[in-house]
Amino acid sequence: MDKVKVLSKWVSMFGMRVPIALEEKGVKYEYQEEDLAPNKSDLLLQMNSVYKKIPVLIHNGQPICESLIILQYIDEAWDYKQLLPINPYDRALARFWADFIDKKFFDSGFRIVWSKDKVEEGKRDMLENLQFLEGALKEMSAGGSLPFFGGKDFGFLDIAFIPFACWFHIYETIGNFKIPFDSEYPLLDAWVKRCMERDSVKKVLPSPDRALEHILQLRERYMVG
Amino acid sequence: MEEELKVLGAWASPYSVRVQIALDLKGINYTLYEQDLINKSQLLLQSNPVHKKIPALIHNGKAISESLIILQYIDETWPAVPLLPKHPYERAVALFWAAFTDDKFSLSFRDICRTQGEKQEKCIKETVANMLVLEEALKGRPFFGGESVGYVDIVLGCRAVWIQVCEEIGGVKLIDPHNTPFLYAWVQRFRNLDCVKKWLPDFDKLLSYAYMVRNYFLQQ
Repeated sequence: MDKVKVLSKWVSMFGMRVPIALEEKGVKYEYQEEDLAPNKSDLLLQMNSVYKKIPVLIHNGQPICESLIILQYIDEAWDYKQLLPINPYDRALARFWADFIDKKFFDSGFRIVWSKDKVEEGKRDMLENLQFLEGALKEMSAGGSLPFFGGKDFGFLDIAFIPFACWFHIYETIGNFKIPFDSEYPLLDAWVKRCMERDSVKKVLPSPDRALEHILQLRERYMVG
Repeated sequence: MEEELKVLGAWASPYSVRVQIALDLKGINYTLYEQDLINKSQLLLQSNPVHKKIPALIHNGKAISESLIILQYIDETWPAVPLLPKHPYERAVALFWAAFTDDKFSLSFRDICRTQGEKQEKCIKETVANMLVLEEALKGRPFFGGESVGYVDIVLGCRAVWIQVCEEIGGVKLIDPHNTPFLYAWVQRFRNLDCVKKWLPDFDKLLSYAYMVRNYFLQQ
């Protein structure tokens, strides 16, 4: 019998990816909520001794770390209902945009939420990054005729990005701006609504208000001045 | 169909070198186009409009960028002489260590070469600590890939001459037979491979280049 355990944090966009993927594959798992520092569990410190970060997937006692690596592992270990496309070029494209989300998109959001002097540039970059992602979605959904980044199926890149859907409210509130989804990113707008109807996403994503409240509390605690 | 494979690269870049090593290891034919990184070519800007960086792989007109993504693409398209292990868990471990080396060394090597004093010392200290982590991960095997060279070997090994350059500029040993005996033996073994000897930059040439960049940044 497979033993699957997830160490994660409910508000983490990287963390959310893992249970969404497991739900999509219909894999039974045990979820362990990890507090942020300083109370990291012994299990987390042991299973991810290098980075000491969530998410961690523990499959029959073996740890897998780094959310995108975990997604790929899940796809290979439970190799039905594939999350990544079949052909190498499409796989490269999905990985490229997931990497873009982790490097560029996440970073622009991070600056909005956690910096004081880089908020405006964070907002500017975020709008530009969304432009790129809108373009990627257009290409990968055959001009909007298919529902997902994964084409006709909800897949790897959809799972990589959808957790950010509950963070837009956080970025907008702290950054004091409105992301023009209707006018500038209509495909992304429709895609978010579509993904939010999936059982896996409904189960895992917190409400934007709850996420916002939590992040505001953290900012209060950790941001000096 | 006639395969057309182009690599847009740069001699000093470990990210480019790793792609070239991987293709040669697999015996795949391609044409290398050395890129001017200051005055970027139209081809480069078209191939990687998002990041505008090398390397880019252009396979039958389709461009792939980001070196680790390129390596995985190469491994999936030409499965002979596999770079990544077959077993999902071992693959995840390999992907993890490759990402670790890029995460830890991209900026720290750059900063060892471009800074001095406290900032440089901090980078050196972190790099030495991370080398010890890799020493542990290697576990005395001939290669990270086991008996033969694999993904992690190429991703870390392409930095071999940069490691020497950092040692020279930083005045420190990052890999040595005393503190990191496994890594020390591994790097000699890796550098002995034909496909590696072909593409690793010459030390003196790279050191000159690194000093030129260092002087530029120290003046800022």
